[in-house]
Amino acid sequence: MEAYFDNSATTKVFDCVKEIVVRTMTEDYGNPASKHRKGMEAEQYIRQARSQIAKTLRAQEREILFTSGGSESNNMALIGMALANERAGKHIISTAIEHASVYRPLEYLERAGFEVTFLSVDHDGHIDLAKLEAAIRPDTILVSTMYVNNEIGAVEPVEEIARIVHAKNPKTIYHVDAIQAYGKFVIRPERQGIDLLSVSGHKIHGPKGTGFLYIRRGVKIRPLIYGGGQQWDLRAGTENVPGVAGLGEAAREMYTNHGEKVRQLTELKDYLSDRLLELEDVALNSRKGEAGAPQIVSASFGGVRAEVLLHALEEKGIYVSSGSACSSNHPGVSGTLKGIGVAQRYLDATIRFSFGLFNTKEEIDYCMDALKELLPVLRRYRR
Amino acid sequence: MRYQSFLIKYAEIGTKGKNRYLFEDALIRQIRIALKRAEGDFLVSKESGRIYVQAVSDYDYDEVIAALKKVFGIAWICPVVQLEQKDFETVKRALVEYVGEVYPDRHFTFKVECRRADKTYPIHSEDMNRELGAEILTAYPETSVDVHSPDVRLHVEVRKGVNIFSLMIPGPGGMPVGTNGKAMLLLSGGIDSPVAGYMIAKRGVKIDAVYFHAPPYTSERAKQKVIDLAKIVARYSGPIPLHIVNFTDIQLYIYEKCPHEELTIIMRRYMMKIAETIAASNDAKALITGESIGQVASQTVQSLATTNEVCTMPVFRPLIAFDKQEIVDIAEKIGTFETSILPYEDCCTIFVAKHPVIRPNRNHIRKSEQNLREKIDDMVSTAIEQAEVVWCEAE
Repeated sequence: MEAYFDNSATTKVFDCVKEIVVRTMTEDYGNPASKHRKGMEAEQYIRQARSQIAKTLRAQEREILFTSGGSESNNMALIGMALANERAGKHIISTAIEHASVYRPLEYLERAGFEVTFLSVDHDGHIDLAKLEAAIRPDTILVSTMYVNNEIGAVEPVEEIARIVHAKNPKTIYHVDAIQAYGKFVIRPERQGIDLLSVSGHKIHGPKGTGFLYIRRGVKIRPLIYGGGQQWDLRAGTENVPGVAGLGEAAREMYTNHGEKVRQLTELKDYLSDRLLELEDVALNSRKGEAGAPQIVSASFGGVRAEVLLHALEEKGIYVSSGSACSSNHPGVSGTLKGIGVAQRYLDATIRFSFGLFNTKEEIDYCMDALKELLPVLRRYRR
Repeated sequence: MRYQSFLIKYAEIGTKGKNRYLFEDALIRQIRIALKRAEGDFLVSKESGRIYVQAVSDYDYDEVIAALKKVFGIAWICPVVQLEQKDFETVKRALVEYVGEVYPDRHFTFKVECRRADKTYPIHSEDMNRELGAEILTAYPETSVDVHSPDVRLHVEVRKGVNIFSLMIPGPGGMPVGTNGKAMLLLSGGIDSPVAGYMIAKRGVKIDAVYFHAPPYTSERAKQKVIDLAKIVARYSGPIPLHIVNFTDIQLYIYEKCPHEELTIIMRRYMMKIAETIAASNDAKALITGESIGQVASQTVQSLATTNEVCTMPVFRPLIAFDKQEIVDIAEKIGTFETSILPYEDCCTIFVAKHPVIRPNRNHIRKSEQNLREKIDDMVSTAIEQAEVVWCEAE
């Protein structure tokens, strides 16, 4: 049996995504900028994807900018926004548990003369709203937080954050990294007070190398890529037509019967969370039900090195991640786990299970059997 | 300048007496293998005690030089201009043109060295030297002749055609792989062992390698890294059969039965034993390790003596007296360094005790190993039987 529980790293694409990607690579392969019919046909795919995505957010098509994925969306939101607005102020607020694609651009901005305040989080992974309010200053141009934390599935109170930010300083822009949230939550940027929103395609059964940045109309942003003037001069380069078409299709599919899909993921999450407690010396870092993201279970296994457990599960066809897959290649422990105060003995012992729409309860049972077999053996041999 | 062929000069082979042809044939074979990785068609031939590489199609000069520079046994590579017309006027013109193109800065001393393999050629070598020298002095008055230690030796050889050459590009030296038997390299994912393999291959030794894999304590990526390293070493040594031994059970058994501070040393003793058995059944006559005195606890003189005693085959340790930086320098030169430093754990780092023994007492170690009596022989033979072989060829 194979059980792929690493859907927060990436997902398998929906069949409808595969079909449209193949079609736009083999039949309707034109360049959207070409003046002839072949070009216009390709352009239709871009327009359709833009409209599909805009609908899922109740946003306008003009507010959707296609990018190469979550990292680019975050870079564009932070660097593009900061550089376009530096005359209004040079202060930025973020949190201690952001993904590297937020954290590293912020470091870059610090070197470029911006000042960044990183807010700490409590043991649930939530920032302190009072501290946030206190941190906002007249020269604060940007606040950036996650929607869902990629390692433990903590859900930030984005609406309240937006309210506090805009009340304290109406000129401050609020950016949300929604890479683990889009597709799992109903997101209404305009109503929720979100000005910039980063999304990745391959976390929602879409193609890798795709994503978008929602830019509320009126928000000034500077391009990172200059060239042939595509996408309103905000991001040059021939549009990745197959990727964009696939992304639009994935977004549409994800938000069709959306409530049912979220229920399906939550059930898997809660089932595994309950069953993990059958095991000895296990601590859950994620929350069941609506208290956490529907797709993520984070569990620490005392006395086991996460990487060894990961490889042991892999031998049984079960794929999980230790920490966040995007950064797992770097030795050292997770910033999020430290940030929420996970005990030292659990830091190096934490596994993330993340579900997608292709997973089943049977796979979880299979995984539990494997854990029951492996853990006693692995615990016998420690360093 | 357009060179049609390359004269290959070799150093030590020349001293091998009656076996000389064996070495030359091996060198030709290795050159042919190396040139497969370059685009174009080449003829490699032996002609009156010399090896020539002749390009018979378009080729990329830099690519060919890079390929030849990896063939052990080559001392020098000389790019040759070939003339089909042999008449002396053509030779004069061509040589002047050659000098003009290859040495744009004319301030150098030179000597012309002619050789007539074709003794029917109407002009004697000495006369050719003089006349060609004069021709160059006239064409390029800034140059001068120095017959004792010239900057440039201009070789003109009269054979079927006429060959002109003067450039000498250094090869890697050593001896052609396959002329000195075969040895088994203990290859880990580290910096040292690929360098050790390279150095022994340089002496003409064919290489097999063995890697100890310990899933789930080591990952598939760690294994892939070792395969990648073997493929890099194979650019010099020729294809390497890599024997991958699953070492997990043995390692855990040692962990369970022996004092933890002795784990590494006992583990290494079993690695050597297994490597020796695999070596013997693959016709390898020696083992190769990347050990260097004092680098880690298991490489003190006492530790080396303790691991050495389990083998009867000679163990080659070419890095034994090298400092780490010297090893790193070679690793960078041969192209293994970048791969070696990828951060995947290998099985040596998994169960390392906080304070491993650094002066193991052989009697103690032997006594500890008595605890393994019950199962270890079966485990070792199972590990050897189930070893997987991956053929690692240069890419």
